[in-house]
Amino acid sequence: MLRITGGKIYDPANGINGEVRDVCISGGRIVERVDGPEVRTIDASGMVVMPGGVDIHTHVAGAALNFARAMTPENHRVAAKFIHSPTLRAGTGGTTPTTFATGYLYSGMGYTTVNEAAVPILSARHTHEELRDTPIVDKSSCVLMANNEILLDLFEAGETERAKDVLAWLVWAAKGYGVKAVNPGGVAAWKWGKDAKVLSQPVHGYSKVTPSIIIAQMAAIVDRLKLPHPLHIHCNNLGMPGNVSTTLETMAVLEGKRAHMAHLQFHAYGGEDWHTIRSEAARVADFFNAHPNLTADAGAILFGDAVTITADAPWQHLLYQLTGRKWGNLDVENETGCGIVPYVYKGNNVVNAVQWAVGLELLLLIDDPWRIFLTTDHPNGACFWRYPEIIHLLMNADFRRESIRKLPSKALKRIVLNDLDREYTLSEIAIITSAGPARALGMPRKGHLGPGADADVRIYNENPNRELMFQHPRYVLKGGEVVVEEGDIRKVVDGREFVVRPSYDASVEEFLRPLFEQYYTIAFENYPVERERLEGADIRDLG
Amino acid sequence: MITLRLKEEPSVPIEAEALSPDVVAALRRDEIRALPMFLGKRQVRVGDFFEVEGEASEELEIHGDAGRIKWLGRGMTRGRLRIAGNAGMHLGAYMKGGTIEVSGNASDWVGGEMSGGLIRIGGNAGGQVGAAYRGSRTGMTDGTILIEGSAGLEVGMRMKRGTIAVKGSVRDFAGLEMKGGTIIAGGAELRTGAWMMRGTIVSLTPIPLLPTFAYACSYNPTFLRLCTRELRTHGFSLPSEASEGSFRLYTGDAAVSDRGEILVWQPRVS
Repeated sequence: MLRITGGKIYDPANGINGEVRDVCISGGRIVERVDGPEVRTIDASGMVVMPGGVDIHTHVAGAALNFARAMTPENHRVAAKFIHSPTLRAGTGGTTPTTFATGYLYSGMGYTTVNEAAVPILSARHTHEELRDTPIVDKSSCVLMANNEILLDLFEAGETERAKDVLAWLVWAAKGYGVKAVNPGGVAAWKWGKDAKVLSQPVHGYSKVTPSIIIAQMAAIVDRLKLPHPLHIHCNNLGMPGNVSTTLETMAVLEGKRAHMAHLQFHAYGGEDWHTIRSEAARVADFFNAHPNLTADAGAILFGDAVTITADAPWQHLLYQLTGRKWGNLDVENETGCGIVPYVYKGNNVVNAVQWAVGLELLLLIDDPWRIFLTTDHPNGACFWRYPEIIHLLMNADFRRESIRKLPSKALKRIVLNDLDREYTLSEIAIITSAGPARALGMPRKGHLGPGADADVRIYNENPNRELMFQHPRYVLKGGEVVVEEGDIRKVVDGREFVVRPSYDASVEEFLRPLFEQYYTIAFENYPVERERLEGADIRDLG
Repeated sequence: MITLRLKEEPSVPIEAEALSPDVVAALRRDEIRALPMFLGKRQVRVGDFFEVEGEASEELEIHGDAGRIKWLGRGMTRGRLRIAGNAGMHLGAYMKGGTIEVSGNASDWVGGEMSGGLIRIGGNAGGQVGAAYRGSRTGMTDGTILIEGSAGLEVGMRMKRGTIAVKGSVRDFAGLEMKGGTIIAGGAELRTGAWMMRGTIVSLTPIPLLPTFAYACSYNPTFLRLCTRELRTHGFSLPSEASEGSFRLYTGDAAVSDRGEILVWQPRVS
């Protein structure tokens, strides 16, 4: 049992904004009170206390990330090193940290829950193995489906009911938590060397199915299945100048359905080409503000090294042609694809400067912090361990203006960031880094400090330099265990995985089995991840 | 001057990045003895393997067969490191300045990603001289590497600036993905200059060329005369007088660029 006393509590989900209160912990949960001589007390006088961070969109495990790790030995050489010790396993940090290092880096920054945002079902087993080796943090995963040819065939045939059962079966087969749509139709078209750039045009290889249909059908199915997290969507035309129209059209298609718009920064550009690219954050934010059915994460970029990893294989081929650097491409049979391109965002590059501004603009222009969350689409826009830099930019308008002054003058006419005076408060930071994403993920025990919540808590020394403050929490508690103390990792606990089991008609397996025998390289029986493989998973039955 | 004498040859390689003039320059004898090295995965001290004489100097001399001692002079910026014997892998890697001299042979990755200074090898060198480490975009960015004997594979791979001169022959893939700088070799084996973007490779004997290199002309480039003058101060001599012959210039690698050049010496037939 444990009591945190004297700290200023920022628990926006329970309406607590900087009041000095005690937080009591027993059995890994927050409780009303603890008594007795065996209660340990943490004196947090003068410190800031928040619920543990929740990352709604990150890439920390799986075949694609491993491919990226293997492709970038140059990043590992200069990365932070974790030396084997009685507490820690060896590993490296950097742009694509190793599994154990990922857990240490996230929890060392006060994050206790992460959502792996792109899992092909065929490599789900591997992803879960890696997530198990990612300690301390709790994990969930989104399953890639918007280019699954079995599903697209069903949409083509108008068999919505069966599609619903197949989708539900696939979520359970992958032991996933949510459903991800990446460049709907575009990755399926990539297998013909094409892309899906127009939402209303049939996907290559189909006569009826369009990206719009895929988006609308999948969002509707996810809602009908009552998945805790809505459809997690990566729009078509990611990263392209002028893609704002596609993004607005996607959001319009989603009218009346829940959806989470991933890494919105990459989808809010105007202009016709790379020479005229400009920010359209204001247009996206206006539309978004008026549509409460949507949530989004920023996908902000920071200048420096990154590795772009996405199922959006056609985009990665284009990025490879732009950079002339190395490129990795994976084909995942009938389900999806994947591309990897190491990338450096440069402060003196006009396109990169616009991208940098768009991420911050979206965070500042979207009014409701409960609907926009802090991410960098790690490791695509920047590494997750650089979140504190973004927090400082959000909380300090003067520092932001100083940073804007360093941008190339050409970029200044293409952005609106200089006109924005808004500064985030600590309470709003608690929302965009924890309470908001926990709510959007549908995790009622995460992101707050009310009785019954998981005792995931981060405690910071107040510091006007918010970057330093958020980089080094004084204490981090995970499930009531003190894992970080005085800024060091003192104890490593296992994290658990969140999995949902949507209901489906069991006869769907008889529909799927022959398709597997015909089209897949592995046997139907070997396809689903066995439940026993997930140690201590938190399985939510939606039946 | 500080002198280290190897007491016994290690059974497995030692990683000894501490053995660099920058590290020992201000240290007393007992402090030098206490410097850490890794013998395989175990940490040992310099004193476990070396007898140490002298202290607080930027001149460091190592006696004995250090062929299993890696990372000597790693990242050094000044002073002089002399090795009377052989040197292990990664000699002078990331070096920024100063001089390294080896009387015997050196292993792979001599001057990997170095950015300044001079390395002289009395015997032969291994592969990847002045090269980029795996995954990196650029190899050596400045400095000079002189090799009296021959060298191995991928000499100057992805190098951007600086000079590598090898009196003997180099093996396959010299100047692979080269971006600039100069490689001079007595001869070369296969696929010299493959994927080179820019830079110059000089061979003093005829070499097999990739089909993606095109003959341009025969001439005596002015810069080589300057280069010769510079190398002569280090005891390297190159033919460059028109009276002795000329260089056949080939440009390529057309698979990626036409701005790289391979110069092959053709002595005048009298």
